[in-house]
Amino acid sequence: MKLSRNSGLRALTVGAVAVSSALVLTACGSDNNASPGDTKTSGAAKSSIACAKGGQLLASGSSAQKNAMDVWVKNYMAACPGTNINYKSSSSGEGVTQFNQGAVSIAGSDSPLKPEEITASKTICKGGQGIDLPMVGGPIAIGYHLPGVDNLVLDAPTLAKIFNSTITKWDDEAIKKLNPTAKLPSSNIQAFHRSTDSGTTDNLTKYFNATAKAEWPYEHAKAWKGKGGQSAPGSADIASNVKQAEGTIGYFELSFATANNLQTVKLATGAAAPVAASSENASKAIAEAKVTGTGTDLSLKLAYDTKAEGAYPLALVTYEIACDKGNKADTLELAKSFLTYIASEDGQKGLSSIGYAPLPTEIATKVRAQIATLS
Amino acid sequence: MDITPTDSALPPPSRGSVTRIGDRVFSGLARGSGIFLLVVMASIAVFLTIRATHAISQDHANFFTSFEWDANATPPVFGIGVLIYGTIVSSVIAMALAVPIAVGIALFISHYAPRRLATPLAYVVDLLAAIPSIIYGLWGAIYLVPHLKGLNLWLDEYLGWTGVFDKTDPEGAARSLFTVGILLAIMILPIITNVSREVFRQVPKMHEEAALALGATRWEVIRMSVLPFARSGIISASMLGLGRALGETMAVATVLSASPVLSAKLLDPVGGTFAQNIAAKFGEASPFGRDALIASGLVLFVITLLVNGAARLIIARRKEYSGANA
Repeated sequence: MKLSRNSGLRALTVGAVAVSSALVLTACGSDNNASPGDTKTSGAAKSSIACAKGGQLLASGSSAQKNAMDVWVKNYMAACPGTNINYKSSSSGEGVTQFNQGAVSIAGSDSPLKPEEITASKTICKGGQGIDLPMVGGPIAIGYHLPGVDNLVLDAPTLAKIFNSTITKWDDEAIKKLNPTAKLPSSNIQAFHRSTDSGTTDNLTKYFNATAKAEWPYEHAKAWKGKGGQSAPGSADIASNVKQAEGTIGYFELSFATANNLQTVKLATGAAAPVAASSENASKAIAEAKVTGTGTDLSLKLAYDTKAEGAYPLALVTYEIACDKGNKADTLELAKSFLTYIASEDGQKGLSSIGYAPLPTEIATKVRAQIATLS
Repeated sequence: MDITPTDSALPPPSRGSVTRIGDRVFSGLARGSGIFLLVVMASIAVFLTIRATHAISQDHANFFTSFEWDANATPPVFGIGVLIYGTIVSSVIAMALAVPIAVGIALFISHYAPRRLATPLAYVVDLLAAIPSIIYGLWGAIYLVPHLKGLNLWLDEYLGWTGVFDKTDPEGAARSLFTVGILLAIMILPIITNVSREVFRQVPKMHEEAALALGATRWEVIRMSVLPFARSGIISASMLGLGRALGETMAVATVLSASPVLSAKLLDPVGGTFAQNIAAKFGEASPFGRDALIASGLVLFVITLLVNGAARLIIARRKEYSGANA
C-alpha cells in the first residue's frame, strides 16, 4: 500500500515537471509571436478626440495595419466610454468581401478596390459607393543576417535577382559592386519568401515590376512567383528564420526587423546616398505618390521609381474603405468620428514608434477633407 | 449478479420478447448516433464534392498532375501533384519512424517496465498528446530545424549516393519533408503507443502463461503470443496515427519551406502537403480560390478513406488472431 502511494506521488512529480516544461514551451511560443505594438501604450487618451455618443463599430481586413488599428482602437475606446470598436484582422480580401455584404462598416485593405468591387459596393452604399481612404503607410524592410557585413546596400535589379535565385552567392559581382568595402563571404544566399498569399508580397513585386522589369519577369501578385529560395508562412516566421541562420535574407514589415534586431538593407535608388528602411524615409516616398482615385476615391499610385533624396520607395499604403454616401445610419457617427481621429495629427503621430509611416501632410489633408463629407 | 425485477409478481421475462421503455430509448439513441455519424460524413462528402467539381471544371491546368497553385489568378491554375507527393512522403517517413518506437514503448510499459516506472511513463506519453500542434510547429521551427543540421550533413555525406538523401545545398536550413516526417512521428507517437498498450494488455494471460510454461523466454512470449494477438490492434493504432499525420496542418505549415517543386531529394527545402497548402492559401483566397482549396481537401478525404479501407482489409485477413480491436 505504502509502496503504491509512493509511486503515485512520484508519478505526480514527473507529471508536474512535464506539465511545467510544457508551459514554459508555450510561453516561449507566444513570446515570439507577440506583435511589437502590443507592449507599447502610445500615450494617454487624448482629449482632442471628438467622441461619438456611443455604439458599436465592426471593421475587418488587412493584417498589415493590425498593430496600428490596435493602438487606435484602444486609445479611442479609452477616451470615449460607451463605444465599442472591433477590428478583426483577417485579410484584405476578406475585409472587402464582408464590407460588400454589409457585415462590417469599415474594411481595411492593402490594395484599392477593384472596379467590380466598387460596382458591388453600390448595393450597400445607398446612393454612393465604397471609397479608398489611405490611412497607414509603412516600409517593407529587407532583413538580412550576415555577420561582419553592416550597411549592406542593394538596388532593385540585384534584389530581384536574389529573390529569383539568379544570384545565389553573397560575393556575386553585382553585390560586390554596390558594396566595394564590405567583406562578403562566398556562402550561398538563402532567400526567404512568404508561403501564404500576402499583400506584402504583392507590394514587393509591384516594386520589382516598376524598377526591375527585366530581372523580375512575373506580374505582381499576392502569391509568390519567383524561382527557388525558401518559404515561411508569416512575416514573423520569415524574421525568425532570418535571425536563426546565417547567409539569409527576407522581406517583412519594418516592425519585425526592429523586434528581432535584424539588420536591414539600404536601397540604392539613384539618390545621392543609399536609403535606409525607416518610417520617416517611407513617408517621404509616399509623399511622391499620386492620387489616382476618381471623384471621392483617394487611392494612391506609389512612385516606386522615385529618386528623391532620402525616400525609401519600397513601401506599402493600406486603406480604410467606407461608403462616401449611404453609410449605415446607426454606425455613421461612430465611423466618422473614429476615422477623423485616426487621420488626425494625433492619430498619425504615434505610428512611427510601431514601425509604420505617418501619412505625408498633403495626402493627410485630402483624407481629412474627404472624411468630413462622409454621410 | 442476480438482478431481480422490482415487480416480482410478473412472470420471468421470456428472452427477447419483452422490451421495456429503457431498451427502446437506448436502442433508439444508439441507432440515432450511428445514423447521425453517417449523415455527417455524407453531408461533408456532398459539400466537398459540389464545391470541388465547380472549381475543378474551371481549372486551366491538369488538377492532378500540375504543380502550381494560383487559384486566384485569371484564368485559375492549380494542381495537386506536389501536394499528393508531399503528404504521402511525409506521412510514410512519420510512420516508418513512429510505429516501431511506439510499439517498443507500449511493450516496455505493458511487459518490461517495473510498475512504478510504467505509470509515469504512460503519463508522459499521454502528455505528448496534449500539446497543441502549433506548439509542435514552433518547437520544430525554432529548435528541431537548427539541431537537425548535423544529421542532414551526415546523411548527405554518407547516404547522398542514394539520391534520396542528396541535399542540393548542404548548408541550407533543414526545413524539408524529412524534418516534417520526424516532427509528425513525434506527434503521432502517443496515439499509436496508447492504443497498442491497451491492446497488449488485453492479450489473455493464459496465452502468455502457456508460452512461459513451455519454457519460452520473455521475448519469445512476446513474439509468439503477444504480437500475433495484437497485430490487428497495432494496425488500427497505426491507422489512427496515419490519419493525424495526413491531416496535420499548423506544425507542417510552420516547419516546411513550401514551394511548388516536386523533388525526390527528401532533404531539400521544397514541397508541400494538402493541409499546409490550405492553411497557406486560405487567408487571401477569393471565393473561387476557396472552392479550389476544398477540391484539394476532397482528395485528402478520399486518400484517407482509401488508406483506412486498405487497413480494414489487412485486419479482416488476419481475423483468426484478432482480439477485441478488430
